[in-house]
Order: sequence, then structure tokens, then C-alpha cells
Amino acid sequence: MSLAGTTGVLDGIQAAAVPVRRRRLRLLPYALLAPSLLFLVLFTYLPVARVLVESFYDKPHGTGAATTFVGLGNYAKVLADPAFRQAAFNNLVYAVGVLVPTLVLALAFALAVQRSTRFSAVLRTVFFFPSLVPLVAAASLFFFIFLPRVGLLDYYLAKIGLSGPNWLGDSDIALWSVIGLTVWKNAGYYMLFYIAGLQNVPRDTIEAAMIDGANAWQRLRFVILPALAPTTAFVVVIALIQLLTNVDHVIVLTRGGPSNATNLLLYYIFQSAHENFEYGKAAAATLMSVAVLLAISLGSLRIMERGARGHG
Amino acid sequence: MRRKHLPAALLAALLSAVAFLWASPFLWTLIASFRPESAGSAGMASLWPDFAPTLLNFRNALDSGSFGLYYANTLIVVVGVLAVQCVTVSLAGYAFARLRFPGRDVLFYAFLLQLMLVPPALIVPNLSTVVDLHLYDTLPGVMAPYFASAFGTFLMRQTFLALPRDFEEAAAIDGAPWWAIVWYVLLPMAKPGLIAFAIVSVTAHWNEFLWPLMVISSPDNQTLTIGLAAFTRGAEGGKEWGVLAAGTLLVMAPLAVAFVAFQRRFVDSFVFSGVKG
Repeated sequence: MSLAGTTGVLDGIQAAAVPVRRRRLRLLPYALLAPSLLFLVLFTYLPVARVLVESFYDKPHGTGAATTFVGLGNYAKVLADPAFRQAAFNNLVYAVGVLVPTLVLALAFALAVQRSTRFSAVLRTVFFFPSLVPLVAAASLFFFIFLPRVGLLDYYLAKIGLSGPNWLGDSDIALWSVIGLTVWKNAGYYMLFYIAGLQNVPRDTIEAAMIDGANAWQRLRFVILPALAPTTAFVVVIALIQLLTNVDHVIVLTRGGPSNATNLLLYYIFQSAHENFEYGKAAAATLMSVAVLLAISLGSLRIMERGARGHG
Repeated sequence: MRRKHLPAALLAALLSAVAFLWASPFLWTLIASFRPESAGSAGMASLWPDFAPTLLNFRNALDSGSFGLYYANTLIVVVGVLAVQCVTVSLAGYAFARLRFPGRDVLFYAFLLQLMLVPPALIVPNLSTVVDLHLYDTLPGVMAPYFASAFGTFLMRQTFLALPRDFEEAAAIDGAPWWAIVWYVLLPMAKPGLIAFAIVSVTAHWNEFLWPLMVISSPDNQTLTIGLAAFTRGAEGGKEWGVLAAGTLLVMAPLAVAFVAFQRRFVDSFVFSGVKG
């Protein structure tokens, strides 16, 4: 019986005497939600409405000119902007380029460290640790790693007689360098979910498969992977949200360059608003990325809830 | 038996190699931060500690940035966000877990929306709101968008749902008001949930960069990550790699130490978190 039910019974006895208390209790849930709702309205719901409205207006910065209604003008401007197209395309390459290796590595790490030995514990810590440091700090480290000639990467490549490209300066390479950093940063985080997921794979199914003569690859392919499908779906959703909303490393390492090669959607938005003061464009681009985020997640809301519950 | 041992040894060797590769950025930071400047920049990348360690890089890092101020500001943001969140998520989590009311499911999904529309996606309109509230260039402006937490509410709801109802029913029959039940009965039992949430929240806000970068303009209000980013870009020309390594280490150190001390708790919290990142 719920607390509300219990108090309801009590109220029933003295119903005539305390109608005020009863009404107060009926409002209690909303009063408890009010502090959260206040901030959700201010910083989650209203911003979406606000950005929707702002995306229809042109608000010139610093010229004193009046705000004018431009309809879909900002959208047209953004969609025609080569930098935006490049950022959207980069973000797609970045998302797929990070997602595939991180998922594979996360699962491989989880399989490798799932036994509870000391060695496994050390490995777990090593693989997880990058996801604990600020993305800015990771960017600072990789700033040195990617440094031409004297950096960590080139220094050791030279030792084995290789010379690397200009990791961050070459526009064909830079995005892949940023992808490499992100894979290093995120794989250990997703590993945790696979470790938790692996504990839910029924042992007897695996043993039955072994008795039937299934080799390690077949056990992985036909028993473990299907059992991990909910974990994978969950990880894909949170990974995609992360890959659309984290650009700290781009700000520190490349500023979207060289020639927009590492420009990502959120960086484009940041730049439009914070450096170029083109609010209309920033608003239109924000709304498009909000639409993408919603499209990714609304369809998978149930997966998210189930996944989070399963791991709880 | 022998056929089984050889692959196991190979696997262990392979794993060690991958782990070394994974740890090498941190190994380098650690070694470079203790390397004397005189070693020159040519051998700066060496992972071999062939020198007498010095603390000079740390002193230079502390002198060149206002690290004390950055630590204080970051601490204020982290503690301030967490303190308000503890109140908002406990109350909302309790309402969703224990009370029945019209519109509960709709409101719950409205909360969950924040898991997708994460604050970083809304930096542009949120900055306008912060300006309207006269919170631009203030630490409360950095904190405000995080005062409500869908993840925390969800986590506390799950925690409360898992608790037996006997205690609170007994308290209710004794005439205890709802707040006494939450404060004296439920919250003490929900401590593991709150701690898990605290770990995820503190980590997220200690590490945060983009939003404070937008909100803060004066040097006095900068947080650690903003300081480190400025520091990194400043090092570009200066070649003071040892100092940069020391500075990075200073920013990472508090969380790293906490992680090593409470590893199990951290890992469990992050597995539960999933969404916050």
C-alpha cells in the first residue's frame, strides 16, 4: 500500500474535520516536483521553444538594427553554409568512426577482464581511467601526443623507422586523429556496461553450446552477442548522444580546422553564437541538432529505460 | 593441456601490450611532469625516466595559472550543483516512487526528456536565459541548468522503489508527516543511491568545459578546465611541455585519487549512470 493510500485511510476517518489537510496532500506530489520542474522548464523546455522562435528571426549583433522576422531564412542560410554541411558530414563520419571501434573494443575489453583476478582488475582500471578525466585534459595530452616530430607518437614511430603525417594539421587526417582520441577516451566507459551485461548472459546456455562443440567464435556469435543485444542498443544510444554533444577536444585541439576538417555540429553552433554572434543561424542549427537528438532517443526511450533498469 | 597454456600466455601478453598502449598517455604525463627542463624538448616524449625527478614543473604550473582560484571555483560549482540536486532529485524521486497522482506518467516522461535534450545541446538558448536572469559571468549561472537532474530523479526513484514499505507505513500510522518519513526513514536507507549519484554528478561537473566557457568571461570566475584549455593553447608556442604535463596532472589528480580510493563505488555508479556521461 502506498503512502498516499495510507494517509488516505487516515483522512477518511476524520474527513469532515480536516478537508484542508486532504487538499494539501493532494497537491503534495506537485509541490515535490516543483523545484525540479522549475529548472526543467527554465533550462530544458523553454529553451527549445525559445530557440524555435529565435530561429525565425534575424538579430544582427552590435549594429543596433532591429530584429526582423525572416521565416525560414536562417534555415536556408544554415543549410547553404558550406561550413554547416561540412560539420554535419564530419559529425556523421565522426559518429560512425568512433562508434564502431569503441563498441568492438568495449566488448573485447569486457570479455578479457570479466574474470575476477588481480590482473583483470588492473586492466579494468587502465581501460576505464580515460573516461574519468576531463575531455579537456585528454585533449591537452593528445596535443602533445600528436605534436609533429617531437610528440609521443612521432617520437616512437621514428624509433621503428616510420614517419607519421601531420596528425592535426593535415585536413585528410585531423578528423581521424580526433576520432582516435575519442575512441581511447570512451571505450573503457562502455566496457563497464558490457561487463554488467555479460553477467546476465545465462551460464548454462554457454555451457550447453560448449557441450555441443561450439568454438569460442561460435559461442560469441550465436550465444553471447544475441544475449547482449539490449546492452548494445543502450550503449549505442548513449554513445550517439555523447558524440553529438561533446566538442571540448575540438575546441582545444583544432578549433574545427584545418579548413573545417574537424568541425562538428555543436562546434559549429558554438562558433556561430559565441564567436560570430550569428544567433539566428545558431538557433536554427541548434533546433536541427535537437531534432536529431530526439529522433535518436525517442524511438529508443524504452530501450534506455530498460537498459538503465537492467544495469541498476 | 599444453595447447591451452600457450594461447593463454599469448593472450596475457597481448592484453598487457594493449593496456600499456592505453596507459601510455598517462605514463607520459607522469614522467614528463617530473622531468627537469634541461632535458630539452627533443627527448621530451621519451617514456624512460632517465633523470633526477624535480617538482619545478608543478611550481611553474601553479605560478603561471591561477590554479588556486580555479580549484576554488570548480569546487564551488561542483558542491553547489550537488547540494541543490540532492534536494530536487530526492523530492522528485520520492514523488514518482511512492505517490499516486494524475499526470504522473506524463510528468515522468517529461523528466526523462532531459536525458536526451542534454544541457550542452541547448547552450545557445540557455545562455540567453542566463543573461536574462542576470547570471552571466557568475558561478550560479554555470550551475543553474543542472539543478534539476532527470538522471538523478530516475536513480532516486529506482532506489526508493527497491526499499521495503514497512518502515514508512509504520511511521505514517504513528502520524509522521511526509517530510519526516523522507528525512528520517527513506533517505538513510537510500544512501547508496545518493552516493552513486554524487559520484557521477561530481565527475561530470568537475570535467565540464563548454558551458562554463560560454557563461564565464572574467578571469576571476574561471574553472579548472577553462584554465587548462587556456594553458594548453598558451604552451603551443612556448614548448613548456613539462609544465603543461604538470598542469594537466593537477586538474586530473583529485578525481584520480578519489577513484583509486573508492574504485568499486565509482565503477558501480557509472554502470548505473549510463546516461549522464
